[in-house]
Amino acid sequence: MANFYTDNPDLKHHLTHPLMEKIVALKERNYTDAEKFDYAPLNYEDAQNSYDKVLEIVGEVCGDIIAPNAEDVDHQGPRVENGRVIYADATKENLEACRKAGLMGMAMPRRFGGLNFPITPYIMAADIVSRADTGFENLWGLQDCAETIYEFADEDQKKRFITRVCQGETMSMDLTEPDAGSDLQSVMLKATEQPDGTWRLNGVKRFITNGDSDIHLVLARSEAGTKDGRGLSMFIYDKRDGGVDVRRIENKMGIKGSPTCELVYKNAKAELCGSRRLGLIKYVMALMNGARLGIAAQSVGVSELAYREALAYAKDRKQFGKSIIEFPAVYEMLSVMKAKLDASRSLLYECARYVDIYKIYDDLAKERSLTPDERKESKHYSKLADALTPLAKGMGSEYCNQNAYDCIQIHGGSGFMKDYACERLYRDARITSIYEGTTQLQVVAAIRHVTTGTYLNLIRDYQAQEVKPELQALKDRLAAMTDRYAKAVEAVTAVEDTAYNDFMARRLVEMAGDIIMAYLLLQDANRNETFKRSAEVYANLAQAEVTKHADFIANFNPAEVAMYKVD
Amino acid sequence: MSLNIIVLAKQVPDTRNVGKDAMKEDGTINRAALPAIFNPEDLNALEQALRLKDANPGSKITLLTMGLPRASEIIREAIYRGADNGIVLTDRVLGGADTLATSYSLAQAVKKFGKYDIILGGRQAIDGDTAQVGPQIAEKLGIPQVTYAEEIIELKDGYVTVKRRLENGVETVKSPLPCVVTVNGSAPDCRPRNAMRVQKYKYAASPSEAAKLPDDRKELLEKRPYLNLQEWSAAYVDADPAQIGLPGSPTKVKAIENVVFTAKESRQLDDSDSQIEELVKELIANHTIG
Repeated sequence: MANFYTDNPDLKHHLTHPLMEKIVALKERNYTDAEKFDYAPLNYEDAQNSYDKVLEIVGEVCGDIIAPNAEDVDHQGPRVENGRVIYADATKENLEACRKAGLMGMAMPRRFGGLNFPITPYIMAADIVSRADTGFENLWGLQDCAETIYEFADEDQKKRFITRVCQGETMSMDLTEPDAGSDLQSVMLKATEQPDGTWRLNGVKRFITNGDSDIHLVLARSEAGTKDGRGLSMFIYDKRDGGVDVRRIENKMGIKGSPTCELVYKNAKAELCGSRRLGLIKYVMALMNGARLGIAAQSVGVSELAYREALAYAKDRKQFGKSIIEFPAVYEMLSVMKAKLDASRSLLYECARYVDIYKIYDDLAKERSLTPDERKESKHYSKLADALTPLAKGMGSEYCNQNAYDCIQIHGGSGFMKDYACERLYRDARITSIYEGTTQLQVVAAIRHVTTGTYLNLIRDYQAQEVKPELQALKDRLAAMTDRYAKAVEAVTAVEDTAYNDFMARRLVEMAGDIIMAYLLLQDANRNETFKRSAEVYANLAQAEVTKHADFIANFNPAEVAMYKVD
Repeated sequence: MSLNIIVLAKQVPDTRNVGKDAMKEDGTINRAALPAIFNPEDLNALEQALRLKDANPGSKITLLTMGLPRASEIIREAIYRGADNGIVLTDRVLGGADTLATSYSLAQAVKKFGKYDIILGGRQAIDGDTAQVGPQIAEKLGIPQVTYAEEIIELKDGYVTVKRRLENGVETVKSPLPCVVTVNGSAPDCRPRNAMRVQKYKYAASPSEAAKLPDDRKELLEKRPYLNLQEWSAAYVDADPAQIGLPGSPTKVKAIENVVFTAKESRQLDDSDSQIEELVKELIANHTIG
C-alpha cells in the first residue's frame, strides 16, 4: 500500500513550477484538444489535476507492484530461448501492470492513443519508476523512442508504430556494435534497399537494451562504401516481420532485469525512418538527448531510494545506546545525500522544462509558422536544454553512484550482505554513469557551453532573480563562487593547448554544474522552505568543490599535463 | 458473446489501518477516523469481471453498491479500472440494515436493473465479515451461487466454470447462468486505475454530488452525459418498507465489547527439552495450537 508519488512531496513541488503554466498551455494548444478528446484537459488547473492523478497511478503501481518485485527480478533475470528473450516472471507482471494502467506512450499525442503529457511529468514518472526498479525503468522508459518516430518518421509510420507503443508494445534503440560504442560513426550494420522501397538489414548489434523489443530503431549503413557518420541512416524494424535473433544476453553486474542483447540481423526487413544519411548526425543526436534525460531521471530515482534506505536504517539501527542517525558522521552523510538528491532532481526538472518548451515549439512549427519572438525563444531554450542535458546526466549519475555508496556505508557490514536493497541499488547505479554516453563524454558535450558562456549567462540570469531576505546571504555566496568559476574559465581558455583544455574540461563543467544546482536549490528554497536545508548544505558542498577545482587550476602548470600521460 | 455483468461492491471503513480513535466510546465505528475504501475482496471480484469483459468484447460491467451518497467514490474507482457504469442505492430508509435487509434491498435493485448474465461480488466486507450478503441475494433472486471463487475458468453456453478456494483444497464447479459468484481474497488483485480513463471520468458525479458543484462543473455534466452516475432510492426499486433498513433487520446488537489484546503474563523457559515439551502439550490442551 505504498505510493511513490504521494509519499514524496518534492515531486509535486517540481510539477507545479511556475513555468509549467506556459508549457502546458503551449502543449495543449490553449486547451483546444478538449473539444476532440474526452480526456484532454479543459484548462491549466485541470491539466495539473490530471498529471497529479496519473502520477498517483504511477506511484501506486510502483509502490505496490514494481518495487516489491524488484528483488525477484534481480534474482531471476531474463533468459534467451530460441533466439527470443523471456523476461523474468515479475518483469512480465510489471509490464502488464503498466499496460493496464495506460502508462505507455505517455508523451505521445492523443491522436495515436497517447496521453499528450509534456516531458516534465513524463520524466517525473521515470524518476518514480526508477526508484521502484532501476532496471525496469529501461524497459518502460524506452517508450521515448516513439518520440523519434514522432519527430522524424512519415505520417503513415507514425500511425502504425506510435499507436502500438501507446497500446503497450516495447521499443529498443539498436545503435551499439562490437566495434562502435562511444564512436558510433563506425557502425557497420549493412542496409540494402530493395526494389519495393523496403530495406534489408544484415550484421550484428551488441549491448542492446531490451533488444527483443516489438519495435526497433536501428542505426545502419545505407550508403555502401562510406566510412563515417554521413553514411548512416535510421530504420524501423518491426519484430512481427522477423529476421532478427537474440544470440545471447549479457551477464551483468546490475539492472539484471533489463536484458542486454547481442542481435543478429539476417536479411531483416526494415523501413527507412526520415531521410537517408541523417541517421547519426540528426536522429541519433535527438534520440540520445532524450535518452540522456531519461538516464538523468533514472539516476535521480536511484538517489531517492538510496537516501530513503539509508535514512530508514540510520533511524532504526542502534549502537552505543542510540540510533546511529544521532552521530554527526552519519547525519552529515545523510544530509549530503539528500542535498545531492535534491540538487540533481532540480537540475533534472529545469532541464525537462527547457526541453519541453523547445520541443513544443518544434512541433507547433509543423502546424503554423512561428512568430519571430517564438522562434527566438525556441532557440534560446533549445540551447539551454542542450547545455543542461549533459550536466543532468553526467552529474546526476555520479551523484546516484555516490549516494548508493554512502547508502551501503550507513548500513555498515549489513549493507555488504545480500539482505538489504542497498546492495542491489549499488550494482544498479553503476551503469548510469556509463551508458548513453559516459560521464567523460557528457563533459565533451558540455564543455562548449563553458567556453561559449551558455552556463555563465544562465547563472547570471539566475542571479538577477530576487530572493527572500533570509536567503540573500546564501545568494551572495553563490555570486562569489560564480566569479571564481568565471576566472577559472578565463585562465584555462587563455592557454592554447588542446590537451590542457581537455584535461581541465571536467573541472570546469563540474564547477558550472555545482553552481547551477546551487542556484536551482536557492530558487526551490525561495518557493518552498522545505528545501532550505538542502540549499544550504549543497552550497557548502558546491563552494568546497568550486574552491578545490579553482585551486587546482590556479596551481597547475599546463606543461604538467605531459606528466599525467601514461604510456 | 457480450455479457451483462453486475459487480456488487461496498464502501467500507479501512479496518486494516486502525488507529486509537477507530472506535467511539459506545463501541460503534468512528467512521470519521477511518478512510473509506473499496472493500478489498470486491476489487478481486471486479478484476474477475474485467477479465470476463476482456475475453468477451462488448460486455458491460455495472457496479452496484448500497450505502451513503459518498459511495459513488467507489463507482468512479471501478470505472477508472474499466467498469462501464454504476448505481448507488442510497436512501435514509435503507440505513441500519443488517445482512437480511441489505440483501433484500440489493436484490430489488438487481430486479430493477433487468437482464444480467452474472453477478460477482467479494466474499465478504472487512467491516462486517459476515459473507452473507452475496449468498442471500442469490437466494432472493432464486439463482445458483458459487462462493469462495478464486478464478472464473470459463464462461460459455449458459454455464460458468469456477475454481473455488476451500479450507483444504480447491474445487472446480460448474453452474448455470445467471448466478451469483462471490470471490475470495486469494483471487488475483485488481488491475490499476487506467490513466486515460481517470482523465476521462474524474469529474463523473452522482446527482447528490452534482447538486454541490459549481456551475461550470454542472455544465460539464450536461455536456457529457456519460459523467452522470446513477442514484436509486428504495421506492425506485419497489422495496417493501417493512423489509428494509432498521425495521427490516431482525439482527439486534445486544452489546459490543471492546477487546484489546495485550500480553498479560509471560513465562520464562530454559532450553531443556522437558520444558518445551510441557509447553507444547499445554498449548495443544488449550487449543492454542494443533
